[in-house]
Amino acid sequence: MFKPLHGIFKYSLIKYRLIKWNELVIWLAAILVAILPLMLIGEIFQNGITNLSFNFLLDEPLNAGRRGGIFPLLVSTLWILAICLAAVLPIGLGCALYLSECLSINSPISRCITLILDVLSGVPSIVFGLFGYAVFAIQLGLGFSILSGGLSLACMVLPLFIRTAEQALRACPKTYRHAAEALDLSLFGFVRRILLPSASLGIASALIISIGRALAETAVLIFTAGYVTRMPESWMDSGRSLSVHIYDLSMNVPGGEQNAATSALVLMLLIIAINIFAHKLSRRWKAQD
Amino acid sequence: MRTSRIFQLSLKTSALLAASVLFFIVFFLICESAPLLSKVGFSAFFELNWHPLDGEYSLSAMLVGSLVVAFGAVIVATPLGIMVALFGQFYAPEKLAKAYLTMIELLAGVPSVVYGFWGLTILVPWITLWAPPGASVLAGIIVLAMMILPLVVLTSDAALSSVPRKYLTSAQALGLSRWGIIYRLALPIATPGIISGVILQSGRALGETMAVLMVTGNVVQIPSSWFQPVRTLTANIALEMAYAVGDHRQALFMSGTVLLLLTIIIVALAHYALKERRA
Amino acid sequence: MRKKGFWQILLVTVMLITLSACERSNALKITLTGSSTIAPLMMEFGRAFEKLHPHTRIDVQTGGSSRGIEDTRAGLADIGMVSRPLTNTEGDLIAHTVAYDGISLIINKTNPVSVLSDEQIIAIYQGKVNNWQTVGGPDQEITVVNKAEGRSTLELFLKYFKLQNKQIKADIIIGDNQQGIKTVAGNLWAIAYVSIGSAEYEEQHGSAIKLLGVGGKTASTKSVKQGYYPLSRPLNIVTKGAPQGLKKEFIDFAQSSQVVDLVNQQYFISIVTP
Repeated sequence: MFKPLHGIFKYSLIKYRLIKWNELVIWLAAILVAILPLMLIGEIFQNGITNLSFNFLLDEPLNAGRRGGIFPLLVSTLWILAICLAAVLPIGLGCALYLSECLSINSPISRCITLILDVLSGVPSIVFGLFGYAVFAIQLGLGFSILSGGLSLACMVLPLFIRTAEQALRACPKTYRHAAEALDLSLFGFVRRILLPSASLGIASALIISIGRALAETAVLIFTAGYVTRMPESWMDSGRSLSVHIYDLSMNVPGGEQNAATSALVLMLLIIAINIFAHKLSRRWKAQD
Repeated sequence: MRTSRIFQLSLKTSALLAASVLFFIVFFLICESAPLLSKVGFSAFFELNWHPLDGEYSLSAMLVGSLVVAFGAVIVATPLGIMVALFGQFYAPEKLAKAYLTMIELLAGVPSVVYGFWGLTILVPWITLWAPPGASVLAGIIVLAMMILPLVVLTSDAALSSVPRKYLTSAQALGLSRWGIIYRLALPIATPGIISGVILQSGRALGETMAVLMVTGNVVQIPSSWFQPVRTLTANIALEMAYAVGDHRQALFMSGTVLLLLTIIIVALAHYALKERRA
Repeated sequence: MRKKGFWQILLVTVMLITLSACERSNALKITLTGSSTIAPLMMEFGRAFEKLHPHTRIDVQTGGSSRGIEDTRAGLADIGMVSRPLTNTEGDLIAHTVAYDGISLIINKTNPVSVLSDEQIIAIYQGKVNNWQTVGGPDQEITVVNKAEGRSTLELFLKYFKLQNKQIKADIIIGDNQQGIKTVAGNLWAIAYVSIGSAEYEEQHGSAIKLLGVGGKTASTKSVKQGYYPLSRPLNIVTKGAPQGLKKEFIDFAQSSQVVDLVNQQYFISIVTP
């Protein structure tokens, strides 16, 4: 998806042997930006790898998480993620399509909705947590459950997905739209057969960004999906997500740092796995049309 | 284009649902803070100091704290983020770009508590060597910039990828230099997407809780230097909500409301400033 | 053709997952909410209790002591976890102590100071003493670490030293114990106060901190257990009215001698005297 546009610059790279100042600046920026994060990832890797084993992935947490593994937490995390995506994808895609297809870019409604979404992205995660607790857990009676966690997370991730997907949809070349109109295609047909596949890379990118954000959230889930480390048996059960576990082990439980680092490592591997899966899915989608 | 009513209705409904979330949240915040608001009035939140157990509810110092840390982070992360996105799209060899962007995608999913923990155990002691107490505005800005950078890069990259390849190849055929193509063609086309990403991330910066809680020192004061500790509105809520009852709790919800108002003002200003640029 | 098969399989998988996820188990459930300090302990209690009594579920959630009190009052939780004694306004609830915890001052290991009197501590926290030199250490500025308002550790600290929070001049304010420990470990000239159990654990496992007692007494879980350490607090679980049925069984279990090991494992002090 991020296949950069190098091919077309191969010639210019050879032509301009001298390094120009802008190239130098950009390389410096790239190196500078990579230093601290690489230190961070390196640190997680170094601290976490010592405990990583199949047992860690398949065991239950013991002794408040200091020993044992994280299997129930992986299951909870994936279920929370699944519910979050099940809510975000239809609503998010629908809203993004509405913004890009049914409204002109400068119409007041469009500006209004965009404003609302951007403001929503600035609401602190802890407010989402308290809100989710009051609305999903108490008002709707879902209690501390994976369901309330997933739905609260969906509220939080929605603006990010919509705005990114909208950009991808707007980038569809006008010629495609004109062709569709000329062929008397319905809007639904156009969307399904032309627009979505052509924007599939961008939408997959929006999806990955949203998943990344969702997996990284802690405060929202502490108040909604809860703290329980038992293997959840249904969506109405409370289940701790990996990020909450990492938080608890590093800040609340003395002696939990080792497993916190290993859990962080597992989370990173999970993200890589999801990214690869999403890329493959989007490529298959694009190839089918 | 002709369209079925059902389809259009379903699109409208999803848009309405998405937008209504904010109204529910605003309603929620106001409900929770209303009792205290009617008791002490709006101006009470801007005078004196923050000692909620003694009836003092001033939010001014924390407001300044939130603004300074968030804007600092955005100012640092935006140019760097855009440059890195350009790096990945136009300057780096293909394999390196792929690896680099994978690292960025990884970073986007790292929980805020991990960033905070790293800040607390490595960055803050390092800053302490130069200027105790270490936990400071600077630490907050660095950690927050690290957090929002990956998403700035990813949204900018997504925007740049959407630039139709045909434009770039035709520009090259016309003999434009690489920087010329970037500056005069790719960037202008991708700008709306890039800016939208930046606005989203500034929102995120204002709303970030865990990481700033761990590295900014949380002392309620208006900082007079980069090395002084400061407390943001979000850290305030996170720190005290667990143990707050009655008026204290409502005061915390009030700080959430004020933060929301701040976000609305800033985003509205940003949108207004960009009104002309939207193609 | 391939596309069709793919979608069918996906649909069936989704249906299976949905169906399996919708059952509600018919176990007896107790929900606890409240202090995150006690939560790990109650989680371990719950796990041990569930092993002895199958078909029961003890769900532990966090949210802070005040959440524990509110939820128990409102009936949203069966039992609340409160990491301090109940106040006068909380007379409608009954407290059952399950463990004790103490507060110790901590400073960095490399700091040569080994004892501080109560007056010195008060002076440091009020900002009247700024330099370690004044209390017998090297010429370095003191970084004062205080806890956030409303926390029970802070309340206990203020009560013992007869201070008001307004009088304290802090350089850093922290939330959790671990944050305090990490701050002191990373700053050679900082001073903070945290739970004794956590501090003891960290010190024993190589963290760069050391404990300082108050009132001239050494700070350790042993001294709290023996009752002569002045800065200690009960860790309570609270109920609305007298507990009955499963709740009563669980509370009795939590206060019994069966859980002494679990209490020690979490670095708290057991209520059971040997």
